[in-house]
Amino acid sequence: MWSQEIIDMLIKGIGETLYMTIASTVLGYIFGLPMGVLLAVTDKDGLSPNALVYKVLDVVANIVRSIPFLILLILLIPFTRAVVGKSYGSTATIVPLVIAAIPFIARMVESSVKEVDAGVIEAARSMGASNIRIIVKVMLVEARTSLITGATIAIGTILGYSAMSGAVGGGGLGDIAVRYGYHRYQTDIMFVTVILLIILVQLFQTIGMYIASRLDKRK
Amino acid sequence: MSEKLDWQSASVVQYVHEFERRSRKAEDMSEIVVENLCKSYLSKDGKVEALKNVNLSIEAGDIFGIIGMSGAGKSTLVRCMNFLEVPTQGRVLIKGKSLSDYTEKELRKQREEIGMIFQHFNLLMQKSVLENVCFPLYIQGKKKKEAHARAMELLEIVGLTDKAAAYPAQLSGGQKQRVAIARALASDPKILLCDEATSALDPQTTYSILELLKDINTRFGITIVIITHQMSVVREICRRVAIMNEGEVVEEGLVSDIFSHPKSEVAKELIRKDTGADVEDGQRAVQPVIKSGEKIRIVFTANSAFEPVIANLILTFHEPVNILKADTKNVGGVAKGEMILQFMKDSTQVDAMKAHLKERGLEIGEVE
Ligand SMILES: Nc1ncnc2c1ncn2[C@@H]1O[C@H](COP(=O)(O)OP(=O)(O)OP(=O)(O)O)[C@@H](O)[C@H]1O
Ligand SMILES: [Mg+2]
Repeated sequence: MWSQEIIDMLIKGIGETLYMTIASTVLGYIFGLPMGVLLAVTDKDGLSPNALVYKVLDVVANIVRSIPFLILLILLIPFTRAVVGKSYGSTATIVPLVIAAIPFIARMVESSVKEVDAGVIEAARSMGASNIRIIVKVMLVEARTSLITGATIAIGTILGYSAMSGAVGGGGLGDIAVRYGYHRYQTDIMFVTVILLIILVQLFQTIGMYIASRLDKRK
Repeated sequence: MSEKLDWQSASVVQYVHEFERRSRKAEDMSEIVVENLCKSYLSKDGKVEALKNVNLSIEAGDIFGIIGMSGAGKSTLVRCMNFLEVPTQGRVLIKGKSLSDYTEKELRKQREEIGMIFQHFNLLMQKSVLENVCFPLYIQGKKKKEAHARAMELLEIVGLTDKAAAYPAQLSGGQKQRVAIARALASDPKILLCDEATSALDPQTTYSILELLKDINTRFGITIVIITHQMSVVREICRRVAIMNEGEVVEEGLVSDIFSHPKSEVAKELIRKDTGADVEDGQRAVQPVIKSGEKIRIVFTANSAFEPVIANLILTFHEPVNILKADTKNVGGVAKGEMILQFMKDSTQVDAMKAHLKERGLEIGEVE
C-alpha cells in the first residue's frame, strides 16, 4: 500500500486540500466579513438601522445557507466554468466553496459583532466617533476573540465541504477518499485520508483557539 | 497716602462691578439649557413617555445633580444632553446653541466638548489603559506619540500612571472609573456627564471618585452633571439638584435648600432613605425611653445647627425630651440637619416648647 506513488498522491492531496480551504476561507472573509458587519449594523438595534439593506442581506444569506453544499456545487457549475474556465479540480472547487462560505461567515461575524457591549459603543459615540471608526476601532477590536473563534469554525467547515467536493472530482483528500474508497474499494487508503482530514481539522482548531486566547485581554 | 487709599478703594469698586458684570453674563449664557424636553419611546405595549416637558438650566462650572428612582428618566435626560438620544420635542442648548441645529458631523465635533462616564465604565476591554485614554485623542486626529504623551498626563491627574500598560480586566472598579474619567477628559471637554458613575462602587471608592470629580471641577472649571439615585452622592458633591419622578422634574434648587425644605414627596422619600454613611452609626444607638408622647421633626438651618438648642430647651422647661433621631450633615459646605424629638406623654408644655424652638430659627414639622 505504501508505494511512493501513493505517498506522493497523499501529499499532493494534502496540498490541494490546504489550498482550497485557505483560499476559500480568505476569499470568504473578504466578502463575508463586510456582509456580517453590515447585517449587524443595519439591524434594528444596530449602529445605523436600515430595514431594507438588512432584509435583502438576510434573505440572501438564508437562501444560500439552505441549499445543501453538494447541490450548490452542481447548480454553480455553469458559473464556475465562466469564472475559472473549467468545472473540476481544486481551483474550480474554490468557487462554490466561497459562495457557500460567504453567508456562513457573515452569520458568524454578525453574531460576534452583536456580542460587543452596547455600553462601549455608546461611550465611543459620546466621544464623537464616526460610525466607520466605531466599526473598525471598537466593534472589530472588541469582537476579536469571538471573530477568531468563528474563523476557526469556518475553516473546519470549509475543509469538510472541500472534502465533499471530492465526490464530483474536486481534488484534494476528499477526492482521493472517494476514488479509492468508493470506486476501487481500497478502504485502507480511504481510512488514511480520513485520518489526515481529522488531523488537519484538529490542527486548525488548536492553532485558532491558541491565537484567540493569546489575543484576548479580558483575563 | 490718602490719595493712594482712594485709588485702591476705587479699584476695589471697579473690581466688584466687573465681577458682577461677569457673573451676570454667565447667568445669561448657561452652559446647558434644556427646554420643554419630551422623549417618548414606542414599545410593544404602547408609548412610554420617558421625559415629559423637562426644563433645566445648568450654569457653567457648576456641579449639578439629577436624582430620582429607577425608571424616572435620568439616563434618558442625560443622553439627550449630547444627543445620543434625540428628543421627541423641545431643545437642548449648549452654550446657547441648539443641538438640533447641528449636522451629524458638527454634532460629533460638539460631542468632543462633552465628556461622559458610565456606571459600568464602558472601557475597551481589548485595549490597554493607555490606548483607552488615547481613543478620543485619535478621534481628534492626534498622532500616536502626541496622544501617548497627553494620555500619560491625564493618567497622572487620575493617579494611574503605573497602570498605563495594564488592561481594564486587571483593574478594580474604582481604577476602571478613573481610566474612564481620564478618557472623558482627554478631549478637553467643558462638560462632564456622569450617569450613575459611582453606583457600581463601594462607599469608600465612591468617596474617592467624588473627590476626584470635585478636584477636576475646581481645577479645570468643567461643568459636571451627576446622575444618581443616591442622595448621599448629591449631598457630597452637588451644589444644585433636580429631582425627577416619572419623566418630570418635580423639584429643583440648591442642595442645601432641598435638604432642609424638601417639598415633593419624592424628595422627602429620597432624603429619608439617605441614611448618610457618615452618621449612620450614631443613629442606630438611640433607643426610645419616653413612650407614646407627641413627636416632632425639627430642622436646623445654617445659623442654628451648632447652638445647644436642645440642652437649653430642657434647662428652660425642666422636662426631658427624647431624641429619636439626630442627623446633621455637611451639605454643600453648610451644616444642615434634622432631629426627631419626642415629648413626654402627658406634657402640658408641648406648645410652649415648640414656640421656644421656633424662636431659635428652627423649622418644626409633623412626624407621621
Ligand atoms: N430604548 C428604550 N426603549 C423603550 N423604552 C425605554 C428606552 N430607554 C428608556 N426607556 C424607558 O424610559 C423610562 C426612563 O428610562 P431611563 O433609563 O431614563 O431611567 P433612569 O432614571 O435612568 O433609571 P435607572 O435609575 O434605572 O437607570 C423607563 O420607563 C424605560 O423603560
Ligand atoms: Mg439610568
